[in-house]
Amino acid sequence: MTVPTSHFLLLATCLFAIGAGGVLLRRSGISILLGIELMLNAGNLALVAFSHQHGTLEGQIFVFFVMAVAAAEVAVGLALLVAIFRKNQSIDVDRLNLLRW
Amino acid sequence: MATIVFYLVALAAVISAIVAVTHKNPVFNVLSLVVTFFCVAVNYALLGAHFLAAAQILIYAGAILVLFLFVIMLLGAPGEDAALVPRPFQRGAGLLLAILFAAGSAAVVATGTFLAQPSGVSGGPREIGRLLIGPYLFAFELISVLLLAALVGALVLVRRKD
Repeated sequence: MTVPTSHFLLLATCLFAIGAGGVLLRRSGISILLGIELMLNAGNLALVAFSHQHGTLEGQIFVFFVMAVAAAEVAVGLALLVAIFRKNQSIDVDRLNLLRW
Repeated sequence: MATIVFYLVALAAVISAIVAVTHKNPVFNVLSLVVTFFCVAVNYALLGAHFLAAAQILIYAGAILVLFLFVIMLLGAPGEDAALVPRPFQRGAGLLLAILFAAGSAAVVATGTFLAQPSGVSGGPREIGRLLIGPYLFAFELISVLLLAALVGALVLVRRKD
């Protein structure tokens, strides 16, 4: 095991920036949820890297809980998208301006 | 050996992540995100988190992304329409992300390369399970309540009103 921990952190930074770009620049609701998943994964990777660095398992337990929360978030988010599609015939978030005055 | 695997996998992860957020077709987005998640699972295995590597493939690639594909098929693979109005904040968002990435990378590089000490801690299912049932029992039960709440919430949201 000769890969420095900092290289794992650089990869996590890169993935997080790509995911944040997806969330900020895409208009389809599904792509926005995918970007959120990518950001959560980047955070998880950083947690596992730090856990390995310190030689403890607490970071891995955290990642387990983050995975469960991500699963819950996706279930509710996709249900919201289905409900929005039934109402609007579109999941383009630019069209969701019902609450805009 | 581990070094070569890491750099190959990191390259694949970044490329597939870029495809996942830029391609127009949502099915392609999801499928290339599967590749990214597999690469992250390989990284977990390299870091000694064997249980998490398995859980990553089972939960993310197996469950979450299949749910995404299911919804995309259900909605008839809706692509993105052309932009109604060009977004004025796109340049700002790009600049913000570039600053974020540069600051994060600079902070990591400035601290220098640090190698982990060999610790003998293994992230196998037995150790993770002992911690989950031991000190983290309350959080573990709480997360199951959260999953139940998400299940009920999803059912209520997609229920037809008639």
